[in-house]
Amino acid sequence: MSVATPPRAPASPRVIYQQPELLSETSTRYCPGCGHGIIHRLIAEVLGELGLGPRTIAVAPVGCAVFAYDYLLLDFVEAPHGRAPAVATGIRRVRPDNFVLMYQGDGDLAAIGTAEIVHAAARGERITGIFVNNGIYGMTGGQMAPTTLLGQRTTSSPTGREASLAGYPIRITEMLAQLPGTAYAARGTIIDPSSVGKTKAMIKRACQVQLEGTGFALVEILSNCPVGWGLTAQQSMDHIRAEVIPAYPLGVIIDRGKRAVAPTSGGEG
Amino acid sequence: MTVMHGTSERRAGARRARVLMKGNEAIAEAAIQAGCDAYFGYPITPQAELLEWMARRMPELGRTFVQAESELAAINMALGAGATGARVMVSSSSPGISLMAEGMSYMAGSEIPVVLVNVMRGGPGLGSIQPSQSDYFQAVKGHGHGDYRTPVLAPASISEAVDLVAHAFELAERYRTPVFILADGTLGQAMEPVELRFRTPERRANDWALTGADGRPPRVVKSLDLLPENLERHNLALQAKFQEIARREVRWAGQQLEDAEFAIVAYGTAARVARTAVARGRSRGIKVGLFRPITLWPFPERELARLAARLRGILVVELSAGQMVEDVRLAVEGRCPVAFHGRMGGMIPTPDEVVEVLRSFQARVGRRARRKALLPLPAESKVEPPSGNGHGAVDRAGWAPVEPVEPSEPVLAGGHRRRLREVAR
Amino acid sequence: MAIDPLATRARAPLPPWTPLVIAEDKCKGCELCVAACPKAVLALDEGVVNRLGYHPVRLTDASRCTSCAFCARVCPDVVFTIYAPLREV
Repeated sequence: MSVATPPRAPASPRVIYQQPELLSETSTRYCPGCGHGIIHRLIAEVLGELGLGPRTIAVAPVGCAVFAYDYLLLDFVEAPHGRAPAVATGIRRVRPDNFVLMYQGDGDLAAIGTAEIVHAAARGERITGIFVNNGIYGMTGGQMAPTTLLGQRTTSSPTGREASLAGYPIRITEMLAQLPGTAYAARGTIIDPSSVGKTKAMIKRACQVQLEGTGFALVEILSNCPVGWGLTAQQSMDHIRAEVIPAYPLGVIIDRGKRAVAPTSGGEG
Repeated sequence: MTVMHGTSERRAGARRARVLMKGNEAIAEAAIQAGCDAYFGYPITPQAELLEWMARRMPELGRTFVQAESELAAINMALGAGATGARVMVSSSSPGISLMAEGMSYMAGSEIPVVLVNVMRGGPGLGSIQPSQSDYFQAVKGHGHGDYRTPVLAPASISEAVDLVAHAFELAERYRTPVFILADGTLGQAMEPVELRFRTPERRANDWALTGADGRPPRVVKSLDLLPENLERHNLALQAKFQEIARREVRWAGQQLEDAEFAIVAYGTAARVARTAVARGRSRGIKVGLFRPITLWPFPERELARLAARLRGILVVELSAGQMVEDVRLAVEGRCPVAFHGRMGGMIPTPDEVVEVLRSFQARVGRRARRKALLPLPAESKVEPPSGNGHGAVDRAGWAPVEPVEPSEPVLAGGHRRRLREVAR
Repeated sequence: MAIDPLATRARAPLPPWTPLVIAEDKCKGCELCVAACPKAVLALDEGVVNRLGYHPVRLTDASRCTSCAFCARVCPDVVFTIYAPLREV
């Protein structure tokens, strides 16, 4: 057994992965295993890779991610619940050269803010929306949302969501993709390493669509809520794979690419 | 209709150019001349022409115009634009203004400057499209949730509205607050000769606007703080700001108050009716004058109190069931009887109607008028330019001298001061 | 706050050095990384309670770690810093 010569230390240890610059050091208040933490990190990575940090003005939602401004090192404005698309429109129109990022939950976007998201897309606003769909209202204690699955128990559908009482889950991203103003709409998830990688690519593409100025871009991300769903972190990821993805199919729903009609937004005059 | 070239324009030094303009359009052009960067609105009578004027003019100038999907969206677009330091105006009418309550509360809490014009109409509910003043409480006492006040300016003529638009932007940016302009259907729809006295307030450098964290730490414009200690400290700072505004920004105008035994207190369109009623009352031997608040908040309570001490009675006239009358009573504090006359639903009282009410009020107050010592007249706030403004008797519209000022050390009532000290330790 | 692995190596037994640095005080013990690791070399350290009150994750066998960074991908709290595996020169 030959004595292995002690390995010479490499010139310097090459970093494969480290904390992205645009993410703050502070621990988040999110529950253990919550997808928001992963999605925040992906946003920090993408904006960092595209060098957009110094140009970004971001809009925080009302919901668990209302504290996004404590975690993402960007200029942030807090939007009233559901109004982020209108707030983002106001920013986009008066600041043509800034990068405008919008972060919303499913109650925020698909319930109270439905009119705002539909019309921002219809106007083809050059903004990029990150839409976190975890099927419930997390911050307020796990109530039913428009995206809650049929039969899913929540604190406001204790015996499971019934269509006769509370209607059907809304695939709002498909709805928005119908609008000519929507240049890019895709749905990803964060349940395992490969889906995290695909979702990061979608976020990057949605940011590039804004830079190309071809219209409204939205990425829906199926995420989990271990505490709200009453599951462990890993069980919640398995639940998404088994139950949620069938109801909300993954993939790029539309990418008009260069062909999209570039709206002449008033801001440029 | 080109705005800029009045038909009666003559060489410099001659009478100033005056153009016949519709109120809504004059307010819109005043905002444009004041450097408004962005306008967000939604169609609603009686303010639609303001939106239409902006729709045509703003794109011409390369500025932002968006007709939103609702008033609720419009005020939130203003929130976003205002958070970047842009000079922003939004306009609507009563029902639309109700939809903006949440947005206004957020902007008060996040300290975002914006100017909101309410061209009031009859209410409640869908109400009517005729003029009304029944949104006084909404603008002055509350509108959105939470402890906050916003300056409320009430023009009584189109020329004055034009002046107050520039002043509204100044107040909004100096104090980082939303500002209301409370007009009504009459002012919005009427056409009057307007002296083209537009003004562009200079821009203030600021260290809070969102422009992108480029070579500086990120900034956050928000109103949330889950720690009550922090939120109380924030509220104490807001209250100190409101007290600063109350101390510095009161504006009112008076007419024939020197020897008055009675005064009519009215603002906006009701003040125009009252002005004629004062003239007719005088011709019938009633010593009556007009006290016209221009800032509904901060209300000219000290000035009204000093005046009341010299009067036998005050008649408040409003196009409502009586809302400002409560603030009048608070200011007068029993120094003299306060009567009220109002019309609702879009009806406007006639001058003769007001004179009749005044006569019966005079009779009620009784013959044995104690000759109150002629206490000194409260110093009326004096700022040029307006002297006459083209309708009937000269209205000595004056307002507090305007000098740029930084909010100083908070001046708070006892309890607040003690709590601020404890919290600050 | 990247930690220089060479500095930690002095403590770690020789060889091999660890390609993976864990910010123990940021871990919330959610175990998503444990499930994601293709080599199953991550586990919660029952013997430690971190500042947040959780058992932090621990690398059980550094020699089988291939620096694939799957753990870092699924981690909601950016606990992992990953370095290239040490190749004999």
